[in-house]
Amino acid sequence: MGKNHEEVQLIGTWVSPFVFRARVALNLKSVSYEFLEEKVGAKSDLLLKSNPVHKKIPVLIHHGKPICESLVIVQYIDEVFDGVKILPEDPYDRAIHRFWAAFLDDKFFPALKTIRMVQGEEVQKKLVEIKEGLALLDEALVKLSKGKPFFGGDQLGYLDIALSGFVAWIQVREKTYDVKLIDESIIPNLAAWVDSLRAHPAVKDIIPTADGLIEWVRVNLGPPPAPAAN
Amino acid sequence: MASIKEEEVKLIGNLPSMASRKVEIALQLKGIKYEFLEEHDLKHNKSPELLKYNPVHKKVPVLIHSGRPIAESLVILEYIDETWTQEPALLPSDPYERASARFWSKFIDDKCYPAVRKYLTLGSETEVESARAEAQEGLQFLENELKGKKYFGGETIGMVDVVAVGVAFWQQTLEEIMQMEPANSCQDFPLLCAWADELLGCSVISDNLPSKDKFSSLIQSRLQFAAAASAASK
Repeated sequence: MGKNHEEVQLIGTWVSPFVFRARVALNLKSVSYEFLEEKVGAKSDLLLKSNPVHKKIPVLIHHGKPICESLVIVQYIDEVFDGVKILPEDPYDRAIHRFWAAFLDDKFFPALKTIRMVQGEEVQKKLVEIKEGLALLDEALVKLSKGKPFFGGDQLGYLDIALSGFVAWIQVREKTYDVKLIDESIIPNLAAWVDSLRAHPAVKDIIPTADGLIEWVRVNLGPPPAPAAN
Repeated sequence: MASIKEEEVKLIGNLPSMASRKVEIALQLKGIKYEFLEEHDLKHNKSPELLKYNPVHKKVPVLIHSGRPIAESLVILEYIDETWTQEPALLPSDPYERASARFWSKFIDDKCYPAVRKYLTLGSETEVESARAEAQEGLQFLENELKGKKYFGGETIGMVDVVAVGVAFWQQTLEEIMQMEPANSCQDFPLLCAWADELLGCSVISDNLPSKDKFSSLIQSRLQFAAAASAASK
């Protein structure tokens, strides 16, 4: 039996953009795995035992050993399993992919996530921040792809995977705030990238729909918090 | 023709910045020659080079290798390790151990440093207590990680040790110069204490850390600033 058939488990949910990264990476390498879905509001014993530091998903379990943090997991998958290479060969290209992945986690995602918590003018500020982030990513895509469809070139690479989990959530924000964020007239490269991503075999069967996510939020998180009293 | 590894290495950094220190330590551990370009006034007067080479964040450190910039300290450390493959290896070769090193590096940067920094700069007593507890929780994980090891990297200094340099430094200097109970006292964290001694005993490490006097005045000014800000907001 080849390496890619060894016992692999992934603790996560279908809504988490971070879990999504791990799933795309596993799909890309044709690794079969057991998906252990967490219930909302009740962390499993396995999760708490496997990730005592953060108690968060995703957690990859390989040979009974846990690996935590989505980007750490993606790099682990790349290094352990055969198949297409996720990280580029050249150290400088790797650094650029890693830089933008860190940007996604440190700057882009917080804006995308916390827009839900604010009202009025603050919402506009967050939307501007999100759009500026997307414009930077569009520019980075041009430089990194060298005319090919993905940040990784012909194939999905590290930054493609890092960004992939946010695509459905960006579309959720578009619907909720009635705004176009992936605007092909402003960021044509990234708009085309979204289409290529959605069609990719490693992605198309697992990417959530915006409506599905909106419904999940409604059921599990309730309405957004009310504005603070004056 | 010189190989790319031998081509010009510059580092845009700032003396008080722990992130800059980590990169300098990594470069020196590997014996890489570089030119240090100091940012003197990050608050009001960032250099044109910094703005050019890190337009997204406008922050230090930025490594420039053969004219190409790399920003974000953890990204820089991995780049250094992958480009200059001589000893010491910052990351181990086993994929599981590598994942572990990356995990702890991120934990230290994202959780430990902010928690300890918060503890250092808070004014009121109640806030200090809860900040100290938060810092200690993080430090306990690191204490556990050191069991049976001389360094986080095992027998030799690795990436996690370099990233955690500030933790070692704070432990040694806080009690001594501040008469302040550090979040990581030797009583509570004996392994971290032993590790800090080992780490700071290496000249490459200690040569790159600020002098105790400089550090003391830096902390004092931060505490004063925090006290003034807290008084002003009352």
